[in-house]
Amino acid sequence: MERDDESNGPMMELCTNGGGEETSNRRPIITGEPLDIEAYAAMYKGRTKIMRLLFIANHCGGGNQTMQLEALRMAYDEVKKGENTQLFRDVVSKINGRLGDKYGMDSAWCEMIDRRAEQRKGKLENELSSYRTNLIKESIRMGHNDFGDFYYACGLLNEAFKNYIKTRDYCTTAKHIIHMCMNAILVSIEMGQFSHVSSYVNKVDQNPETLDPIVAAKLRCASGLAHLELKKYKLAARKFLDVNPELGSSYNEVIAPQDVATYGGLCALASFDRSELKASRYASCLEYLGSLRANLLLDIHLHDHVDTLYDQIRKKALIQYTLPFVSVDLSRMADAFKTSVSGLEKELEALITDDQIQARIDSHNKILYARHADQRSATFQKVLQMGNEFDRDVRSMMLRANLLKHEYHAKGRKP
Amino acid sequence: MSTVEAVITSIQGLSASSGDLYALHDVLKGAVDSLRTDSELQLSTLDQLDPSKHSLGYLYLLDVLTYGPVSKEKVLLIARFINACDAVQIRLASEKFVSLCKRFKDKVLELRDPLLGVAPLLAAVRKVQVSTKRLTALHPDCLQLCLLAKCYKAGFSVLSDDILEVDQPREFYLYCYYGGMICIGLKRFQKALELLYNVVTAPMHIVNAIALEAYKKYILVTLIHSGQFSISLPKCASTTAKSSFKTWCTPYIEVGMRYNDGKISELEAVVVANSSDFEKDNNLGLVKQAVASLYKRNILRLTQKYLTLSLQDIANMVQLANAKEAEMRVLQMIQDGQIHALINQKDGMVRFLEDPEQYKTSEMIEIMDSVIQRTIGLSKNLIAMDESLSCDPLYLGKVGRERQRYDFGEDFDTVPQKFSM
Repeated sequence: MERDDESNGPMMELCTNGGGEETSNRRPIITGEPLDIEAYAAMYKGRTKIMRLLFIANHCGGGNQTMQLEALRMAYDEVKKGENTQLFRDVVSKINGRLGDKYGMDSAWCEMIDRRAEQRKGKLENELSSYRTNLIKESIRMGHNDFGDFYYACGLLNEAFKNYIKTRDYCTTAKHIIHMCMNAILVSIEMGQFSHVSSYVNKVDQNPETLDPIVAAKLRCASGLAHLELKKYKLAARKFLDVNPELGSSYNEVIAPQDVATYGGLCALASFDRSELKASRYASCLEYLGSLRANLLLDIHLHDHVDTLYDQIRKKALIQYTLPFVSVDLSRMADAFKTSVSGLEKELEALITDDQIQARIDSHNKILYARHADQRSATFQKVLQMGNEFDRDVRSMMLRANLLKHEYHAKGRKP
Repeated sequence: MSTVEAVITSIQGLSASSGDLYALHDVLKGAVDSLRTDSELQLSTLDQLDPSKHSLGYLYLLDVLTYGPVSKEKVLLIARFINACDAVQIRLASEKFVSLCKRFKDKVLELRDPLLGVAPLLAAVRKVQVSTKRLTALHPDCLQLCLLAKCYKAGFSVLSDDILEVDQPREFYLYCYYGGMICIGLKRFQKALELLYNVVTAPMHIVNAIALEAYKKYILVTLIHSGQFSISLPKCASTTAKSSFKTWCTPYIEVGMRYNDGKISELEAVVVANSSDFEKDNNLGLVKQAVASLYKRNILRLTQKYLTLSLQDIANMVQLANAKEAEMRVLQMIQDGQIHALINQKDGMVRFLEDPEQYKTSEMIEIMDSVIQRTIGLSKNLIAMDESLSCDPLYLGKVGRERQRYDFGEDFDTVPQKFSM
């Protein structure tokens, strides 16, 4: 646990100080101000850049037209650099002519790309079949790999995945296996199939060779994402915190270093025991998280989990607050958590029912009293109860056995 | 000498010792047919005999006399006989005694005077019982009369024996069902639950109407007693029960599910919707008790979370009409011992206290001691049962047959070859 606290330290400062040593244009998402889309998009490359931009466009709310159009414009530019005509069509239909002629449907470009794709596909197929007849393992592997890359660029993710998997039979060295797994992980993340991600990360881990630290860091990021999607926040936090800071921007076809920090920090807040959070910081911390919320909702991976994480963080804060005290004045606590006394009472009631706090509320004087269960009487009660249950169960059993025996005898006597 | 006179003299002569009694029994058995057709046999003939000394003979004659239609005079005579007869002599002809008592019970019911039959049947059960552990055919009849006469306490005295051995499943089902109803009448829900549980989980191959009715009451009593409803039957219930009971008891299961959700208004809506079904089964009163218990359950939950609470808040949280009603209910619960609390009328506040039981008194030690003794006794019973089963020839025969299927090697070499069929 100590290690986590140490690495949590700088992360905590990231959140509560709202600044840190790095300059603001490299960390667009962790401030409460509206998102700087250009800076945000600059952190990523490849397909994820486009997907993230589209996500922002879809979720930034109807009122924020400028942000939406900005995102779509950048998406358009990015898509044109690639070979995915289907994605291009999607972007164009979303833009819907709002950005002028320059950002309209370019059918000529589409046709050209499609033709090129057909040609390339034909060529790859020929090459592959010739390799197959020649039975050169390495070439067949490269051939399938190329096919995978091709399908990925076109946006046919399922086909890409299948082809990457096929290379497995032709892998001869550990390096090949790692390469295959990394590709499979990339495609699985894009497809949103995080169970595959976990299994391929495990596959690489089983490899006896020591990994290049960058590769290892990438794997941890991927596995952290997988845990996040499966709502296993504690595991996700662990993985993200283990990521070597040398990773830098080398994995930005999936995730940016800021994301690692954000995801890791949030998950850690929600799931680890925080002994460092002092009373005075609760209000400001929760306030800060509140302001971050709008921007975090625009992140493609966090979107579904922001509410749950925030809820858990708040609950943890409430529990930690009450832990060291025998009695707590509810009005002061309500101020600390920026809520009304009756609202606080309801929250505490829910926590007591779930057995997360051992206390009772004095509603008359508005005080929370800690209550420690009397072990001795609880034990006595339990013993008596068990005795009675045993009594009842054994007698019932004997009766049932008796009935069965009677039936059996009755059957036995029949000829 | 006519048959009747001959029989009377033999009865008077041979009722002294046990050896004579066997001889008498044979005589009586032989004379039954001729006695039936003999018109000389009247009620007055019985005056020559003393029911307590000549019980066996009296029994046979009474049996013949009551063969046809039975008048009220005969009923009273039977009642007197049952009270006065000698248990040892009766047990020699227990089936006759049992059938006599059943006829008695039917007649009493026809006369719509169940109270008349309660005391005699109670006595009858005690006399026919070979051991307090064994169920007799008369137990359910006795309980039925107690129910109809509303003599719950009398019925309860019969129930306080631990029944461990059973001959007839049907008697057992009726016993448990009537017994459960008596306990419900006395508001002893724990014991009622035990009895109904036994019926519901009894082994059966086809759905039994008694078990079905018992299951309906079982659901309602679980709600009242422990406040939890689980839609699946206990694991030990027979597969027939598990698959068929639910289809026949849908309104009850709905009540159970709404209870689990904890919302009073929804529960009441369901009750009103199905009230005709409940009335048909005579369960409407029980259902109303279940609804009342939900209020209690909710108030109980509040004691876990709050130290003090205003009456108005209680009323709001438990969905009662006003603070006055909340006060009444809390007061009732304090009196019943279900919660420990103090009501401050001036502030309109209730202060919840911890259970004052310290488990330090000598009464508590006695209770614990008795529980321990019971447990030891039960374990001994279990071991005895296991031993007797392992000597049972039918069981050994089956094990011997299956021996080829399960090759356990060393374990079953002790089973002699002759049992491998």
